[in-house]
Amino acid sequence: MNSAAFVIIAILTLAAALAAASLPKLIHAALSFAVAFIGVAAFYFLLGAEFVGLVQVFVYVGAVAVLIVFTILLTRRDVQGTGKPNWGGAIITIAVFGGLLWAILKTPSLSVAAPQIEALTVKRIGGVLMTDYVWPLQCVGLLLTAALIGALILVMENRDEG
Amino acid sequence: MSDSLDQIFIRIKQLLLVPLAGAPDWVTQIASALINIFALLGVFLTLFALISVLERKILGRMQNRYGPNRVGPFGLFQPVADGIKMLIKEDIVPARADKIVHFLAPILIAATAILALGIIPYGRNMTPFAIDGGILFFFAVGSTTELAVFMAGWGSNNKFSMLGAMRAIAQMISYELPLIITVLPIVMVVGSLAPDTIVATQDGYAFGFVPRWFVFTPWGAAAFILFFISGLVESNRTPFDVPEGESEIVAGHMTEYSGFKYATFFMAEYIGMFAISGLAVTLFLGGWHAPIRGFEFIPSYVWFFTKLGALLFVYIWVRGTLPRTRIDQIMNFAWKFMLPMAFTCIIAAAVWHYAGRGVAGWLWSFAVIAVVYFTLSILLDARRKFAPRRYRFAE
Repeated sequence: MNSAAFVIIAILTLAAALAAASLPKLIHAALSFAVAFIGVAAFYFLLGAEFVGLVQVFVYVGAVAVLIVFTILLTRRDVQGTGKPNWGGAIITIAVFGGLLWAILKTPSLSVAAPQIEALTVKRIGGVLMTDYVWPLQCVGLLLTAALIGALILVMENRDEG
Repeated sequence: MSDSLDQIFIRIKQLLLVPLAGAPDWVTQIASALINIFALLGVFLTLFALISVLERKILGRMQNRYGPNRVGPFGLFQPVADGIKMLIKEDIVPARADKIVHFLAPILIAATAILALGIIPYGRNMTPFAIDGGILFFFAVGSTTELAVFMAGWGSNNKFSMLGAMRAIAQMISYELPLIITVLPIVMVVGSLAPDTIVATQDGYAFGFVPRWFVFTPWGAAAFILFFISGLVESNRTPFDVPEGESEIVAGHMTEYSGFKYATFFMAEYIGMFAISGLAVTLFLGGWHAPIRGFEFIPSYVWFFTKLGALLFVYIWVRGTLPRTRIDQIMNFAWKFMLPMAFTCIIAAAVWHYAGRGVAGWLWSFAVIAVVYFTLSILLDARRKFAPRRYRFAE
């Protein structure tokens, strides 16, 4: 049952990613990208990490995908692909895939079964974030604040000129 | 006796699952989920039909006229007539529209709205899908609605649709922040994201007769008002229906949809309303608990749907009363007023908790909210901006 679900989700995600890379119309590619994100979220659910899966939908589909389509919308360049196959890209893809495959197959930890851990609740994640990982949390907050202020400054500069 | 009436739907479902007693585990799980889904769809599609006619009648009464009253007793079969009309209309798709995107947009919007209904506790033990991070699921699904609105606007290949979609998305994104931040104090105080736990925490009565609902605390009341307003905006209801106001932009992102697809958009808007009202009842109004001690014999789902009906009546009431706001007024309101007030609610909830959860906590948190509210209204210069208009004429 678990492996059947894994295969179905894998096929969906890979098909969506392939479509995102190869569809001629840009909007279709962006929307297939969003479907690929949902596939990754489904993987997180399958692994038992519900919180990460929900945040994946929230952040990637609700924010990043919307950002991508807004960019296409605001720059108004619905670029159509040329339709010719991209040989350089194909070679690089195969090389990267081979490298990752070699690295994954070489790691010895694949043969060891995962230890039984207790169920991952949101409460535990919050507790760990606030005690063991509080410095990374604060750094991420600082980074997001800097990004927000940077975006505001960019917009304000445009307004002064125009 | 009252307990069996309360749990009658659970008993019916268990009766329906009896023939599957010998089947493997996953078959029972899938059958149970399917029964939940069909019950949910049946209840909420009927409620949608009922509310669509009740809204027109209530709006009519507020405007000193009868609503629809020809079809059936008191016009209550109007949705049947509407449904038949929508079904037999010709489905017009613009010739240069993006066929796939244009087709998928209403489906996606309706799907996300119905998904959001699945985690709300409708009665004792009556949550269709009890997920540990239920509240997060609700908002994650709601944030996918923006993508669907964009698909509707882009796929129609129409400048008005695109403008309407952009305005709708801008409005929805801006108000998602107050919507989610006002839920944070509740999650803080309860300590869990599961709606069942949140409803269970609102059990019991303080001072013997005041229910322990979060709306009766100062931060809860402020958060409820902010959540309600954000809900109004998220479902594109008047006074925030700029994306779909007929005098503004035809029908915004829904302009190029005819017949059944328009009915799907309509349904998705109403079901979004139900979902947000249901969540407001769960988080702030005590879910399926009875408000008055001694009335617990009334089944829990009756209380839930009564509170839901009251909130929907307020939605319709606001629609009949307030004029439409401009898009820049909506944005200003979100970023300059609602966001700071939402953060204040978090601080007020913390103050309430650490001052002991009694009368002292109530007074301190009320003071925090009042101070911030008055400071904000002075800073935002509300008095000057809402002064009577001065007209300038050509000389």
